[in-house]
Amino acid sequence: MDLLPILATLKRHKTAAGLIVLQVALTCAIVCNALFLITQRVERIAEPSGLADQELVAISTTGVGPSQNPEAQTREDLQALRAVPGVQHVSIINQIPYGGQISVSGVRLQPDENSAGPSAANYSAAEGWLQTLGLKLVAGRDFDATEYLDDKTLSENPDTKVPALVINRSLAERLFPGANPIGQKVYGLGGGATQIVGVVEQLISPHPGGNEEMNRYSMVMPVRQSFRGGAYMLRCAPQDRERVLKAGVAALDKTGPGRILRQQKLLSEMRDDYYAADRNMVRLLVGVCLALMVVTAFGIVGLASFWVQQRTRMIGTRRALGATRGQILRYFQAENFLLSAAGIAIGMLGAYGISLLLMQSYEMPRLPWSYLPAGALVLWALGQLAVLAPARRAAALPPVAALRS
Amino acid sequence: MFAYYLDLALRSFRANPLLTGLMVLALGLGIGASMTTLTVYHVLSADPLPGRSERLYQVQLDAGSLAYYRPGAEPEEQLTRLDAQTLLAEAQAPRQAMMSGGQVILQGPDDKQEPRSSDVRYTSADFFAMFGLPFQYGGPWSAADDAAHARQVVISRELNEVLFGGGDSTGKTLRVQDTEMRVVGVLAAWRLTPHFYDLNTGDYGKTEGLYLPFSTSRDLELPRSGSMNCWGKDHIVDPLALDVPCVWIQYWVELGDAAAVQRYRDYLNAYSERQRSAGRFERPPNVRLRNVPEWLAFRQVVPGDVKLQLWLALGFLLVCLTNTVGLLLAKCLRGAPQIGVRRALGASRKAIFAQHLVEALAIGLAGGLLGLLLAWLGLLGVRHNPASYAELAQLDLPMLAATLAVSLLASLAAGLLPAWRAAQVAPALQLKSQ
Repeated sequence: MDLLPILATLKRHKTAAGLIVLQVALTCAIVCNALFLITQRVERIAEPSGLADQELVAISTTGVGPSQNPEAQTREDLQALRAVPGVQHVSIINQIPYGGQISVSGVRLQPDENSAGPSAANYSAAEGWLQTLGLKLVAGRDFDATEYLDDKTLSENPDTKVPALVINRSLAERLFPGANPIGQKVYGLGGGATQIVGVVEQLISPHPGGNEEMNRYSMVMPVRQSFRGGAYMLRCAPQDRERVLKAGVAALDKTGPGRILRQQKLLSEMRDDYYAADRNMVRLLVGVCLALMVVTAFGIVGLASFWVQQRTRMIGTRRALGATRGQILRYFQAENFLLSAAGIAIGMLGAYGISLLLMQSYEMPRLPWSYLPAGALVLWALGQLAVLAPARRAAALPPVAALRS
Repeated sequence: MFAYYLDLALRSFRANPLLTGLMVLALGLGIGASMTTLTVYHVLSADPLPGRSERLYQVQLDAGSLAYYRPGAEPEEQLTRLDAQTLLAEAQAPRQAMMSGGQVILQGPDDKQEPRSSDVRYTSADFFAMFGLPFQYGGPWSAADDAAHARQVVISRELNEVLFGGGDSTGKTLRVQDTEMRVVGVLAAWRLTPHFYDLNTGDYGKTEGLYLPFSTSRDLELPRSGSMNCWGKDHIVDPLALDVPCVWIQYWVELGDAAAVQRYRDYLNAYSERQRSAGRFERPPNVRLRNVPEWLAFRQVVPGDVKLQLWLALGFLLVCLTNTVGLLLAKCLRGAPQIGVRRALGASRKAIFAQHLVEALAIGLAGGLLGLLLAWLGLLGVRHNPASYAELAQLDLPMLAATLAVSLLASLAAGLLPAWRAAQVAPALQLKSQ
């Protein structure tokens, strides 16, 4: 197909053509970046916790006045919770994923107090934690019964040795790249060295999704919390969760009356709440992308219709001189293709510019190249779709139209 | 003339209802999206204490150890308890307050009422005057009460409603973590957005229900919350103790003019130097004094997503405007024969130009009204968000006026090019081609 006549015609409609190019360029630049933002948010929302999200409920309480013996109360609580029908496993941990709070410690590879090491979320968990949380151990072992100690012991004497530690795979790869982490020693948790006894496939940070170390690395210490500093985790079948939650709260009210509930929630709900803002942003971005494309499409329809009307005589003349309907149709399609191509070319530069700005102000990674052709394809398809109706109308014009007007 | 142009515009709209509808819709969508996000941004970035915020300064000292020292790096945002208490005792500013947040269990006068948990701020006497808390009944406690570790509290209006059923409750008592305390003041409605004096206990959430002397809170070992950072070689048994290397206290001062700020900065530097020669501080003096606007900018309090949404909406508006320019242009040129007739009958270029601008403005007004409706719906949607700032997203009068102004300006800008092109139409050529 000869493009020169098309270019010659466009030259006489510089303003209108320029407006379409500009609109396509803006849309292309915004859509490319929005698609990238959407992908990033979706990845964040989909990050697995490593826990049995659909089978866990969390209950935490606090006392009104100073409690006489919180450790004994906690043992009693755990026993009562274990007896709740439907409950498969129970444990107590110091922080819950998506719980809104995070406790972090530095881990060192050397005993030297001034040496630096990564910060990791430090979970502490009591007996039965592995089965309760449903974590997958990929190397080493669970803590053995002799390794657990009370949080009280540790806080009263911070030099107490924490004998064993389980870490997540990310932390293992950060601390011992390429080496076997089992049996290695780390420092900074309690007094002296702590031996790594196990690695779990995935254990999400209590506050995941950020760019800092504490958002990726986590570890578990064999330290029993009391009910004042910890949360009870109950594992049961997914359909039993609501009932177990209610029965669990009732059981705690019986063993230690007068306490105040701080939290009683399904883990899956906490997860949903945690990512609510991200899901909102995804919906918003998708909405804006669609609206942008619809507006751009209508702009193309409007201007193309105008051109068809304006060129009625030209079309009629070409038809009278032997041009087929298909040739007229393809003329308008080719014209739109050229305009879109110009818009996309400028839009890619714009997309890159916006990406640079986002990198500066939001610590976003650079827009991957693959998004540019994706955006280009979307806009080419959009343009062709939008121009179809006006182009068909043009092709349907009878040759006598040239003589009539 | 204006009425005539308006009449012409309405006729042209009736002749092209689809095209006109499309333009109004595109403009309305763009305006609606922009105004929704702009309102949220406007609310979140507004001055939390107009007239006061320029005079309130956050104090930062560098009490860290040499272990991770980098010269000139940002010092900790909070102070150790010892530094805060010393600065408070030396009282070198006209007003100063130390504070920390917490959560306590409350029991009202009625024993049958369930105990409830409430956010609390442990602070010192000047706090109320510095941050301009309005009192409904009674007033703040005094510096003497701070020194006496008085069992006194100030409660919010909401807490007063819940615990005492409203009314003047000064002199009544309530139990805080099982300790009896006397109400000395009841606040009028007050909410600080953002909660800038302690951004670690919620940024746009509700303000505390209860205020009591910091000294009292340590006496009774009341639970605290917020951020805490400890360092050093020694293991810390009680991070809340007086002389331990842990920062967890926010410290604010009120200062008058630039000279007073400089004097206070000199004092802080001298204080740091004194602490260093006494062996308490290891690092050279490195102080920060930021007033509220500077502090909010430094902490980037307005959520990144809100800014991102604003830019996204403005980009969308730009596309909608380009779209409107294109469609207006098509419409003008399609009406070229009529313009030719009007020009031949004596209408000046200026008249044609004005006529088309009026047409654009009419579309802008319609788009603006539609945008207003969409912005209202959009904000309704924002308020149903789980975000802490959700309920703040309200359309106020300035934003209402801004919406209409923006839409008229936008349509005027969009109408300029088509109107100019219309005014270029030559009368003779158009008549000849008929």
